[in-house]
Order: sequence, then structure tokens, then C-alpha cells
Amino acid sequence: MSGRKNESRKNDDLVLGKHRFVSRLLMGTGKFRDRAAMFKAISASGTQIVTVALRRFGEDGDSDDLLSPLLRIKGLTIMPNTSGAANAEEAIRAARLGRELSGSPFVKVEIHPNPHHLLPDPIETYKAAKELAADGFVVMPYIPADPVLAKRLEEAGCASVMPLGSAIGSGRGLATADMLKIMLRECAIPVIVDAGLRSPSEAAAAMEMGCAAVLVNSAIAASDDPPVMADAFASCVKAGRQAWRAGLMIRSDNASATSPLTSFLA
Amino acid sequence: MKIVVNGKALETRPGVTLADILAGLNARAARVATMINGNVIPAERRAAAVLHEGDRVEVLAFAGGG
Repeated sequence: MSGRKNESRKNDDLVLGKHRFVSRLLMGTGKFRDRAAMFKAISASGTQIVTVALRRFGEDGDSDDLLSPLLRIKGLTIMPNTSGAANAEEAIRAARLGRELSGSPFVKVEIHPNPHHLLPDPIETYKAAKELAADGFVVMPYIPADPVLAKRLEEAGCASVMPLGSAIGSGRGLATADMLKIMLRECAIPVIVDAGLRSPSEAAAAMEMGCAAVLVNSAIAASDDPPVMADAFASCVKAGRQAWRAGLMIRSDNASATSPLTSFLA
Repeated sequence: MKIVVNGKALETRPGVTLADILAGLNARAARVATMINGNVIPAERRAAAVLHEGDRVEVLAFAGGG
């Protein structure tokens, strides 16, 4: 069963570790054609958590200081990712660098050694997540849609698990829906769909299923109008969450009349 | 003395510190994270971090990412 009935009707915050958020739409900051579009999209999305990546200083003059403008956005939590890490050791190092720079305890652990499919390495991800959780990080691992791994990560102290809907940047939606449903049944920590979403209706579907939040990047950044798309995702995330809280009606193989079937016309 | 900064070889004077290297790159201290030979060096330790022949320095900043 869903956790719906155990939740307070009034307070519907997203709880990650000791931190609370109102917005259930997390946003990535990659792939935007320019900074202005990115900042407008962040604002339009209402997001309170954005991911950022580490890169060598000076390789792209324009992006050398993404941090200052992000820190000026009130109430925004920065979640550095460990992109580029091929194993647990590199991810742990990236996480510590990210924390040193951002001052944020949040880390998106992502370890995907194969550039062709970018699927997460479950073994290295588990190792890194466990060590980082013990070190006080709010650990948000990007994982394959594996309910057993998700449970192990919960036991290791992760604040959430972030299974993929489909491959990063593929826009193939909730291809893992069946596995996500099992994960949602088994996990006590928030399940956040990360990667693969293309349309706002897919975000709504994830939320209706009982996911705690979604993380969206490419679908917003690669659209023709990122701020409008960010707003569309925000609306659908909210609608899907409301629908889940309200409780979807039971499915039936048979029809069930909505109007009285009296025979006064006969 | 030769060191490597962000993958590029750099000829520098002996006794140079990590803080000196950052100043040379025009990197604002609070907006970069640093490593020497894979070890994270916090901002407050950069001025005292003297570099040695062959050291590999990484200077990193945040960029857009998902």
C-alpha cells in the first residue's frame, strides 16, 4: 500500500534527512543554451533544489562562476553531483569537493562509467553512498530501478533514492514503471524519479504512482522555451501529487454507471 | 620546477603555494575547490600549501549539470 494514509493532510512537505521542502520538482542545470534561460526556468519551476556539476576551472569562461548567482536565489538548496566519477573512491572525492565549495550537505551520487548508456554502477554507488551517509552527507543516489538496491541504500542511511525512469537524456519516460511501483511499496525513504522524463504528463504519472518528487533537466533545458516548460512540469508535479493524496479510484474490468439506469423512458 | 595544473604542465618557481597558483589563474578563492595529488585542500589551507616538483593540482568550479 501507499504511505498516503499515514501522512498528515495539512503538512505535505518533502522531507530529506532533516530538511523540508515544499516543491517536489528538483531541477538540473545542464544543457541550457544560456544562463538567462536557466535562471528563468529555475524561477518558473519553483524548485528548491538544483543539481550542479564540478568541472575544471577556466575550461569555459562563461561558466566559471555558477555558484554566486545560484546562492543569491532565496531558499535554493544546491546539490552537487559526482558526475565524472567512475568508481566509489572518485565519487567520494567529488562529493567532498562539492561540499567544500557549496557548503551544502546534499550530494547526488552518480557513478556511471559507461558513456554509451550512462547507467549507474550499483556496486560502486552503494559503496560511495554508505560512506558518504556515515560522513554526514544528505545522500541522494542516482540508481537503476532496482527495489532491492533501493532498500539496501535506505538501510545504509541515504536520504532518498533516485531511480531512473529511463536513460539520462533519452526522453523515454517511465520505462521502469513496474519496478518503481515495487520500490514505492518497499521503501520508507522518498523515491524520486531522476532521468528520462520528457513530458510533464510523465512527471504527473510518476507522482500519481506515489513518487515523492521528480528531478528534471533535459526536458526543460532542451525545450524551445525552458521557463514555460519548467512551469508546465511544476503544474503537473503538483497535480500528480494531489491526485495521489486524494487516492485514485479502483480499476474495474466492468462498467459502473454514473447515472441512474431507471427505465422510465421504456 | 614543473607541476601540473588542471592537466597542463606549468613551469614555476620553487616554494610556490596553492594560493599563488589560484591568484595566477584569476580564480576567486571562494568559488573554486582545490586538490593536490587527489587530496582535497580546504580554502583556509591554500596559503600554507607549498607545492613540490611533479605535484598535480586540480582547480574546480561548479558548472551546469543534471
